[in-house]
Amino acid sequence: MHEDADRAMVTEISPNLTATDSQMRLLIIEDDRESADYLVKAFREVGYVADLASDGEEGLALADSGDYDVLVIDRMLPRRDGLSLIGTLREKGNHTPALILSALGQVDDRIKGLRAGGDDYLPKPYSFAELLARVEVLSRRHGGPTEETTYRVGDLELDRLSHRVARGKDELTLQPREFRLLEYLMKHAGQVVTRTMLLENVWDYHFDPQTNVIDVHISRLRSKIDKGFERPLLHTIRGAGYMIRDGIR
Amino acid sequence: MTAFGKLIRTTAFRLTLVYLFLFALFAASLLGYFAWNTRRLITEQITTTVNAEIGEISDIYGRRGLRGLIFTIENRALRPGANLYLVTTPAGQAIGGNVGSLAPGVMATTGWSETDYRRLDEQDTADHRALVYVAELPNGFRLLIGRDLEERRRLFGIVAKAAQFSLLIVVVLGLGGGIFVARRVLRRIDAMTGTTRRIMAGDLSGRLPVGRSGDELDRLAESLNAMLERIEALMMGLKEVSDNIAHDLKTPLTRLRNRAEEALASSGSEAEYRAALERTIEESDGLIRTFNALLMIARAESGQARDNMDNFDAAEVANGIHELYEPLAEDDGMSLNVRTAFAPLHGNRELISQALANLVENAIKYGKPALSAQPLGADAVAGAGGKEILIEARRDGDQVLLCVTDHGPGIPESDRKHAVERFVRLEASRTQSGSGLGLSLASAVATLHGGELRLGDAHPGLTATLAIPARAGISVRLAAQTPNVSQKVA
Repeated sequence: MHEDADRAMVTEISPNLTATDSQMRLLIIEDDRESADYLVKAFREVGYVADLASDGEEGLALADSGDYDVLVIDRMLPRRDGLSLIGTLREKGNHTPALILSALGQVDDRIKGLRAGGDDYLPKPYSFAELLARVEVLSRRHGGPTEETTYRVGDLELDRLSHRVARGKDELTLQPREFRLLEYLMKHAGQVVTRTMLLENVWDYHFDPQTNVIDVHISRLRSKIDKGFERPLLHTIRGAGYMIRDGIR
Repeated sequence: MTAFGKLIRTTAFRLTLVYLFLFALFAASLLGYFAWNTRRLITEQITTTVNAEIGEISDIYGRRGLRGLIFTIENRALRPGANLYLVTTPAGQAIGGNVGSLAPGVMATTGWSETDYRRLDEQDTADHRALVYVAELPNGFRLLIGRDLEERRRLFGIVAKAAQFSLLIVVVLGLGGGIFVARRVLRRIDAMTGTTRRIMAGDLSGRLPVGRSGDELDRLAESLNAMLERIEALMMGLKEVSDNIAHDLKTPLTRLRNRAEEALASSGSEAEYRAALERTIEESDGLIRTFNALLMIARAESGQARDNMDNFDAAEVANGIHELYEPLAEDDGMSLNVRTAFAPLHGNRELISQALANLVENAIKYGKPALSAQPLGADAVAGAGGKEILIEARRDGDQVLLCVTDHGPGIPESDRKHAVERFVRLEASRTQSGSGLGLSLASAVATLHGGELRLGDAHPGLTATLAIPARAGISVRLAAQTPNVSQKVA
């Protein structure tokens, strides 16, 4: 498979190129004209095919008929709210990954959103980098292969069953949490992973720390996997987050 | 509505009217029963007397004939308070006795009857009533013996008068009492209404008057006062928040605006524009964080987060937070340690984690030992041990304690209450970053769970403790270590 090869080999792609290799199709369902236009423009700039629906009914019809990789759905929509839209889609057997955007950012709202069938939940206001990173991860999950047992990025290898990590010939010793952090980064190799995504997926916390606590964990991990090697694998993406990949771009 | 109208509309007055009616009914039936019984008794007495006399006189007649009879009757009729006597011939002509006139036909029927009569010696007065017995003598003569009913009538009159009088008293006293009670109640209600109006008009410090009797109105006033207390506290909180939002959000907003304006005005290079934009985004991220924290506090304080409660072990939370912050503390040259024991809780795990995270962040930010010349006596512990931050989770009685202890300068006793308030960054830490909401969020979370945030002295340093009631039911099982006992409990 195309994706398989992509992952088994070296991930040589920058985030804005991931989309172009298979022309990701995205449906944005958002009633606020200005933010909708902004999103469409921004996603098209990074190579997505982005369609727009401005109310719940239109969104449902489009999402149901079109073949989209990801849906970005505002929670509060005219004519049919976002949660009911997703619920209806899921009932019809449509499992296109859906990301919910909402002004309601509390934990229980989030849980409600995920329970209704959403795959991710992003409170407003959000940064586009955060949204893009999450959409990338969702679309990859949709189309890509299911769980692999070994992740490889360059000469870095992580065995999910034996919990072994090696770079080249060197065996690396990671703390359990460092292992999970690396596992998550490598699972999404070549994709930007934001700090909040890490906090949510590796630590399962849904609050903003007021400090740079994630950066410290990353720098520890970096010192273990990159220190003393010529080619760094763990990169900081300014204004967005982190990415693990081979090669410098 | 007139004052009187208001008065008679009170519940107290209406109740009084109902009672008044009931009492009047009661008094009337009591008197009626009394009157009826008395009447019966008097009648009985008269019957007995008359019967006896008839026996006596029949006897005399038997022995001494008509002459003896008339003689005896005439004799007896002269006595004071005498009975009524009348003897008539078979033709109906009176031949003896003291009765002047009778209702017609009385003498025709034998046996008991009631009749009007007039005595012989009193012509002018009106008729009287009497209970009479008419007996037929063997030779056709008829004998009437009776008793005046004046006594009975008088007695009945007395009772009737008593009934009228007592009814009057009942009504007057009842109405008076009703008005008195109603006015008393009305006065208190009016006072309450007045206070309520003042409060509605905006004076939230008003309280309802509470009497000393502890009656239902006092209890009502007490609960209403407690409610007002809470409302005032909430309103104060709200006002404080809006003031603080105005201050602490407007400041960074102004900064943001100024920066954008400045960048726009200057003709800088692209790199300079970029830098300005990046700073703008940073600043707005900070604003969003502050805003989120405020919303979180508001949510915790309003109790909305109660929907999302489950059972978990506080020790796990402490270990998780320790794991998250340990590298950060180490980077800052401090050591973050954790000491936990099984401490089951029922609560919102996410919020408690965040509260604890805030305490740890505070400890890392402000808990550095005071190395400079501060008269804290910190020198003794300012060595390696002084840089320790300890997270503890344990159970203490029926509470679960989550403590974070640092050995920094601490917070002076007088500032501790103040420190929990929103946006307060104590003077010493003004220069450091942070929204100043950490402690207030922790405090709001503790309150949401029915607990509190305590700030104590670690000699030197600060111990911040989230004290939260332990999960109900666990204490029993923990206390009963042996399995068969716990089965009994279950």
